[in-house]
Amino acid sequence: MDIPFTKHTLQNGLDVVVHEDRAVPIVAVNVWYHVGSKDEVPGRTGFAHLFEHLMFEGSKHHDRGYFQPLQAAGAALNGSTNADRTNYWEVVPSNALDLALWMESDRMGYLLPALTDTKFENQRDVVLNERRQNYENRPYGLAGMAIVSALYPEDHPYHWMTIGAAEDIRAAHIDDVRAFFRKYYHPGNASIALAGDIDAETGLRLADEYFGDLPGGERPPRVQVPPAAVTGEVRLLLEDRVELPRLYLAWHSPALFDAGDAELDLLGDVLAGGKTSRLYRSLVYEQRIATEVAASQNSRELGSFFQVVATAAPGRTLAEVERAVARALHDVATTGPTAGEMERGLAQAESHFLSRLQTVGGFGGKSDQLNAYNTYLGNPGFFSQDLDRYRSATAEALRDAAARWLRPDARVALSVVPRGAAALGLDGSTQVAVS
Amino acid sequence: MAVDRSRLPLPGPEPQFNFPHIERRSLSNGLRIWTVEHRQVPLVSVLLVTAAGAAADPEHQAGLAAMTADMLDEGCGDRSALDIHETLGRLGAQLDTDVGHDATVLGLTTLRRFLSEGIGLVAEMMLQPRFAEADVDRVRDLRLNRLLQYRDSPPALADRAFAELLYREHPYGHLPIGTERSLRAIGVDDVRRFHARAFRPELTTVIAAGDGDHETLAAAVARAFDGWHMAPAAEPLPGPSSFGEPFPPSNRLAVVHRPGAAQSELRIGHVALARRTPDYHACVVLNMILGGQFVSRINMNLRQDKGYTYGARTAFEFRRAPGPFAMHASVQGDATADAIRETLQEFRAIRGERPVTVEELAVGRAALTRGYPRNFETSDQIARAAAQLALYELPDDYFSTFVPTILALGPDDITHAAERHLHPERAAVVVVGDREKIGASLASLDLGDTSEMALA
Repeated sequence: MDIPFTKHTLQNGLDVVVHEDRAVPIVAVNVWYHVGSKDEVPGRTGFAHLFEHLMFEGSKHHDRGYFQPLQAAGAALNGSTNADRTNYWEVVPSNALDLALWMESDRMGYLLPALTDTKFENQRDVVLNERRQNYENRPYGLAGMAIVSALYPEDHPYHWMTIGAAEDIRAAHIDDVRAFFRKYYHPGNASIALAGDIDAETGLRLADEYFGDLPGGERPPRVQVPPAAVTGEVRLLLEDRVELPRLYLAWHSPALFDAGDAELDLLGDVLAGGKTSRLYRSLVYEQRIATEVAASQNSRELGSFFQVVATAAPGRTLAEVERAVARALHDVATTGPTAGEMERGLAQAESHFLSRLQTVGGFGGKSDQLNAYNTYLGNPGFFSQDLDRYRSATAEALRDAAARWLRPDARVALSVVPRGAAALGLDGSTQVAVS
Repeated sequence: MAVDRSRLPLPGPEPQFNFPHIERRSLSNGLRIWTVEHRQVPLVSVLLVTAAGAAADPEHQAGLAAMTADMLDEGCGDRSALDIHETLGRLGAQLDTDVGHDATVLGLTTLRRFLSEGIGLVAEMMLQPRFAEADVDRVRDLRLNRLLQYRDSPPALADRAFAELLYREHPYGHLPIGTERSLRAIGVDDVRRFHARAFRPELTTVIAAGDGDHETLAAAVARAFDGWHMAPAAEPLPGPSSFGEPFPPSNRLAVVHRPGAAQSELRIGHVALARRTPDYHACVVLNMILGGQFVSRINMNLRQDKGYTYGARTAFEFRRAPGPFAMHASVQGDATADAIRETLQEFRAIRGERPVTVEELAVGRAALTRGYPRNFETSDQIARAAAQLALYELPDDYFSTFVPTILALGPDDITHAAERHLHPERAAVVVVGDREKIGASLASLDLGDTSEMALA
């Protein structure tokens, strides 16, 4: 199981990766810039994402909307920003590949001449509305902000969420856009993957044709921070417009691809994947003290966090929920998963990896994966080694990872409760204000 | 060699694409088996499509179809719910249950080597569910809790208010999950009775798409469902022809008050068309231009020009009986009335004062036709596309005629479709937002009296 590819680095530093798959006459174009909200500074949070919006507002030689010509050619397209990277993609019928490469290369090389105050201000409003819709006006939507700001110290770049603070977005200046573009948006900090109805030779030739004459740039220094830690248990409480109290437990955990990362990912499945998982079975199915549970390893470059989320059933308290979660964590950290749990976890992982081979483009498609491996590891061909991380995980290693990382005395415990119902949260919690 | 940046590259000749071939057969019990070979990855997707959804919920028991489907993995034959999920986990299988207004769809994606075992398990769930009373009680509680949480979710509130405003007592007048009161009225016997009426071989199509030849896929399905025999239905489910016309809403403007809301959640629209309308293709193109893609009129106006919202879209929801046409958006509170006014103006304009242009038509048609092959990349996509044919009884050559039918439409066809099927003068508006802040501006819209909706 792998994604065969050819890789070549252009003179200006742009990595080009090509994967051929002729099943459907489409080609995925996928561009990663190795910049995310972790490259922001306090007071200017949310900027990497606001910048992403401006990439769709036209560039020097096509100073109109980015969507129109591509949708007219039958393309699907989008972009996204997270803490570590920003990606952009198109999936085009193979006869419109030139168009997509023209458009991507024009904004990589010539975004700034087309930038105007009007565009900037309009997209700032759009982003503020995105923030209202997906965070402020959504139940539990502010919990993530409370968690990362407690897990990471103020000067750590994971201290804020990618959407950023509303006042920082309002304070963003058009000159910041120019500086950000020059530092991060150039071939030397980017990787392009083409996947689908194209052979390697043609792909490399076209990439060179469209991107080869763009000036390279200094690869920006990678953010270096000492590993973050939480000492003791930090108990926080957030009142929100919700009906049912919800408990969030979060721990620091190994960075993406580091030892223990895959084990904790598998452990998330053991704890909360499906109805036989330990937390679902115990909290939702048997005791009926919770209405839903989730557990996940959130893998990131500078350090990950593992999170357990459980919503209390009506009339139940978060203290009861916490006790039940603690028991389950203690058990798995003491005796480890059963053979059956390991078998199921590995079958699910294998099935998940296989399903990732089904699409050439879009978020999570083969072109996106090639770029992820290339950007983080310099090796687009890591797919099968990545799967091996899961195949070689043992019950003992999962047990040890749980014991080492998911300790009750080094975590953030956030209670989100209905307004005016602070008593439903865990005892000794400090009220936090997030907006 | 430098690229010519003075103009955009023109697309080359359109690539050829052969749509997946569906092989159809049926068992003596009436079950239809459709298979599609798709051999890229060793996975198979199986869909069980039953033409019984929330519209078949009995009066005062809204939510019964969804409850029944949700109970299928709670125990079957001699397996408990946990046994079922242990097996699914071991097979690396994903089970997915979806209850819409018109249909219940069970989906299973599994590794090829576990195909027979996977289908066998799903068949057992469908044919021999346990429906233990304690499990029904637990599942009902979970669904009641979800409803409770919906009280804080503006999109969920808006969807419910809009369905009630447009359809009232009509079978489409409630969401599949039902209401607190209706869920409490459902007992284990209701679930058993509904199951016997809805899950019947003659109402079901099983679609298997993936890494196997037609014979292998079909044989695995046939083995699992061959023994499914039921007496003729004593009380058959009502079909869409018996649904009748919904009564027009008494008020065109309904507000769900949400104090302090950062935004207003909007739904604007009216009852429109059934899936089998001859104007289907024209309406799909019309929608692309009006609000169905990023560069549509309404998104460009409300998002890109005004900055009122993160995104606005419209859709015709084509169902077995006439479904709604609606604009969906979440807009900043102080722009609520303006966003409604602009939306209704866009509905009006496309009907005549600013008809679809040749350029807009080209973009709208191309987005649908040139992008069409993208919908056939994975087994699951292919199976779901086939499910539309099964559910709406579309012709066998539907996929291959889609593109030429769209391309044959001219600007006048789209304008005529807008005149016939968009009705701004009777469009109803749902606002989930802070009435104190927006009430006065809503009065300026001239939509008549406002009804206040409390959704408990």
